[in-house]
This record gives sequence, structure tokens and C-alpha cells, in this order.
Amino acid sequence: MQSRKLAALAAVVLAAGLAGCGSTKLTDSKAQAPVETRSPLATAPGGGSAATPPSANTAPTLPQSQVATVDLARTGAAAANAGAAAPGARVVYFDYDSYVIKDEFKALVDGHAKALASNRAKRLVIEGHTDERGGREYNLALGQKRAEAVLKSLELLGASANQLEPVSFGEERAAVTGQDEVSWARNRRAELKDR
Amino acid sequence: MPRQLPETLPSLSRRSVVAGLATLATWPAAAQFRIEVSGVGARQLPVTVASFRDQDKAGVAVSDIVRADLERSGLFRASPADTALDERSIVTLADWRARGADALLAGSVTRLIDGRFDVRYKLWDAVRNEDLLGQSKVVPAADLRLAAHRIADEVHQQLTGEPGVNATRIAYVLRTGRRFTLHITDADGEGGQVAVASPEPIISPAWSPNGRRLAYVSFETQKAVVWVQDLGSGERRMLANFRGSNSAPAWSPDGTQLALALSREGLTQLFTLPAAGGTPQRLTSSNSIDTEPVFSPDGRRIYFVSDRGGGPQIYRVAVGGGAAERVSFAGSYNISPAVSPDGKLLAYISRQGNAFRLMTADIDGSGAVALTDTADDESPSFAPNGRLLVYATRAQGQDVLMTTTLDGKIKTRLLSSGADMREPAWGPYGR
Repeated sequence: MQSRKLAALAAVVLAAGLAGCGSTKLTDSKAQAPVETRSPLATAPGGGSAATPPSANTAPTLPQSQVATVDLARTGAAAANAGAAAPGARVVYFDYDSYVIKDEFKALVDGHAKALASNRAKRLVIEGHTDERGGREYNLALGQKRAEAVLKSLELLGASANQLEPVSFGEERAAVTGQDEVSWARNRRAELKDR
Repeated sequence: MPRQLPETLPSLSRRSVVAGLATLATWPAAAQFRIEVSGVGARQLPVTVASFRDQDKAGVAVSDIVRADLERSGLFRASPADTALDERSIVTLADWRARGADALLAGSVTRLIDGRFDVRYKLWDAVRNEDLLGQSKVVPAADLRLAAHRIADEVHQQLTGEPGVNATRIAYVLRTGRRFTLHITDADGEGGQVAVASPEPIISPAWSPNGRRLAYVSFETQKAVVWVQDLGSGERRMLANFRGSNSAPAWSPDGTQLALALSREGLTQLFTLPAAGGTPQRLTSSNSIDTEPVFSPDGRRIYFVSDRGGGPQIYRVAVGGGAAERVSFAGSYNISPAVSPDGKLLAYISRQGNAFRLMTADIDGSGAVALTDTADDESPSFAPNGRLLVYATRAQGQDVLMTTTLDGKIKTRLLSSGADMREPAWGPYGR
């Protein structure tokens, strides 16, 4: 009798312990995807909301709300690529709600296709953009559609797919500020950049 | 939304990282969400909130925070008391009732020897002439604001039977010149901290269900890539960096997977991906753009935007895939769906003429109603109690954040001078 009670008690305790283990807490799995850790910023002068380094874990007084800051400094490569398109004919402009490459840009696209066809080591990024009207995510997809349209043309004219990556900035990287037809027209574009 | 740079902005271009952040830290943080009552709401419960004894010594105006929290919910009219009270006071509730209060709150903030603070309060019901609640919270100084928000939540719950969201947080993106920062603030707009600072845009922050991680889209590598970051540690990893654009992350309610918009196969389509990363499973196969997925709270359906019918409209599909059902019918351009926590309402943005306007509708799309009369609304997100929405809009030439009650009558505005605020996402309970 005694041993059965003990066994029952042990079972209850075990179950309670297991219940704790099988909690609904989400596993932050670090296994599969590559982890990129940037060390949280040291205390900035002037205080404010500096992150406490994780090792200084004085638990009772640690505030519950702290957020560690990740600062992405502009790298050399990023600085070179950002901003306006490189000079020369590298921008294709689009009509509103359109992905059709107009006749006036066919020569530009053709020229790039030939350059790519004659040098298989050459790579291009095609960046699609929209004007600022409408939602950001939908515009990101529209910009992508513009980049893909240019990519298709380049492929048809001799470039191979692995030389090209189509990306989009949606409305996030306006070439021209302004909310009028002229400004909007100058933002509806695809830019070709060397990779 | 392009902007002129205000003249008062310091130049950020060539500063060192730390100096740049010091500048950021010493700028005045975004002020609180300011209340703008634009219509008479349902009867608001009058509550008197006395200054907490010694709150001035502690440096945090606990009673002010509680009053503002209660008012921002739209359910209370919160007034200060004209007498000094604390949680031990003997009060004649009939007197307070005669002065128009249905409830009375008083308390104290006492510094302990170890440097922490004991925040105590009492809530009285002046109508039924009884004590309702009495509590003590011991917190470090850095959590005094959080303690005040929790008190407001407890008062809110006690008096309405529903949870408040004052202790929750909001994530949003701030743009100043050519610098983008992903901020986390308290639900009142104060206490902002920076999760990410970048020279390139950040869009679409999405809270994990347990509030400890944010997924977001960053253009730091010159394309749209989805990252997941642990807020406490700053540890981050790329979740999706496939061919083309990777965007619109949305967590499943159990936190095990995300839905995303990926252009890896050409047109932007919906995929799901385990939260730990891996191979995406394609969810939609339309010959059009599918984007902006959001899970229903029961985890069984995904609402999303598709232009398969011509212009962008809102659809839903079972998480396992299959035929998609259209849900928005009025108007030619409907985007950015958000589903209420009880699964019964949809909030979204609809183009009406030249204006993009916040709407709510029943979950099947019927009964659509505009909540604003502004023209550039974006990015609606429900508070976890389903009673408020936060969204971005433009006012007086600036991008600002707003909250609104579901009837559109009580709105609050958060603005930061010299900076554009966008992409708000309301965090979950559980802090």
C-alpha cells in the first residue's frame, strides 16, 4: 500500500515536471539557419535606453523591457551601390500600372543583353521601383514585376538567367521627391546595376 | 512618402556609429500619444486618480501615466484628485460619488533599501461603496513606467471585465533623413528603444506571438530580405534571402512558422517557412501578385492580398492550401488586411478616389466602414484586446502614428518632430 502511494506520488511529481518541460514556450532553434550575431551596442553617452550586456545578469534588478540595439553601419559596398543609378543609359521608365517595356527603351535593353551575351562572367542586378502611391508591400511586388519584365527581355535577347538578379525597392527608394505626375513618372523605373 | 528634411535636423552622414547613436539618444523621444476625441463615444466611466504619494521623489508620475492610459482606451474619463490620498486613506466614497466619480484610485511609491520601489494602490468602487482592489508591486526603477501601465491594466480589467493593453508595446519604423530605426515603445508611445538602426529602409515588422522576437524586412543588402531578431539580446538571423524580394512576414499563432511573400519563382507568391528556417512551402499558385499574408487567430486560414482579379483585393485560403476565397468587394483597391484577435473583424486599407483609408468590416467582408477621413492611411494593426487599432497616416505634412477605437470616435496621435513614423505593429500581451 505504502509503495503504491509512493509510486503514485512519484508519478504525479514526474508528470508535473514533464508538464513544465512540455510548455508552450517556443524553441528559439539556433540550429538550422546561420546565426548572425552583432554585439549589442555599448552604453552610449547620455544614457537613455542602453542595452545591458547579457553577461551582467543581475537578475533581480534587470528591467523586463530592455531591447538590445543592432546598428548596421553603412558598408563600403552598400555605399557604392546605394543612391542614384550609375551614369549612362541604365534606367527604364514605365507607365502607370504597367510592366511593358516601351519602344523607346528597347535599344537600351538590347545593348545590355548583347553585353551580357558576349561576356558570360558579367552580372547585373535589376532594381524595380514604383511611385509612392499605395501600399508598401504591394508596391514592393509591383517593383519586382518591373524588374522581372526587364529580366525577361534581357533573356529573350541573349542574356542567361544566372547573370541576372531581379530585386525590388518598391516605393522605398524614390529617385525624386514630390507628389505630382512628373515626380511619379520618374520613380516608376527599373535600374540596371553591375554586380 | 518623400519628405523635405527639416532644417533643425543634425547631419548624420559622416558621424561615427556611437556618436550618431548618442545624438539619437539625446533627441527628445517621441512624445506620448495625444488624445483627440473626434466624436462622442459611448458613456465613459468616470474615475478619479489621485497622485501617488512620493511619486515625485521617484521621478515617475505614476498617476499621470495611469490617467492617460485609462483615457486612451476610450472607455474612461480620468480626473485628478484635489486631495492628497494614498492606499491607506480612509475615504468617504459618497463624497467622491457626489463629485462625479464612479471609482477612486490612490496609491504610493516607496523606495526600498535595495533601490527598488514598492508601488502600492487601492481601487474603490464609489457606486457600490466598496474596496475593489489592493496591490503592491516591487520593481526596479527602470520598470516604474511598466508598473504604472500594469496598474492601469488592472483597473481597466476590474472596471470593465476586459483586459487593457497598457503594458503592451508597439514596434514601428522611424525615418530621419537617410537613417531608419526600428523602435519599440510602450503602448503610450513613451520609453522608446531602438532594436535596429540602418542606413537602408526597414519595413513590415511582425511580432512573434510570445513578444520576444520581431521579424522584419531590411534592405541593408540592397534587396528585400526577411530577418528575425531576438529583442532582448539583439541576436538576429536571415530567415529568407531567396532570389528577388523576400517580404511581408507573418507569424502563425503558435509561433512555429511564418507566411511570407517571395518572388523566388518569378511573380510574388505566398510561401510558408518554419520559424527556424528551411525550405519554403508554396501556398498560392496564381498568375498574379499574392502578398501581405496574415494568419487567422485560430491558425487555420491565411488572409492575403492578391491582384488575380485585376486590382489588389483581400482573399483567404486554408493554411494547407487550396482554393482562395475573395473577401473584399467594395472598391477596386483593398490591401493590408489585419484580423482581430477574436477572429471576427477585418481591418484593411481601401483606396477611395485618391485617398487610402482605414476600414473595418466583418470577417466575411460585409459591413465595411471607413474609420478615418484622412487620405494616406497605412499598415493597420489590432491591439491584443481587439479594441484599438494602430495605423500610420499623414498629418500636416508628416508621417505620424494614430490609434483609434473601433468606432473611429476616439483617436490618439503620436508624432515625433523631424521624423517620419511608419509601419506600426502592436505587440502581444505577456510582458
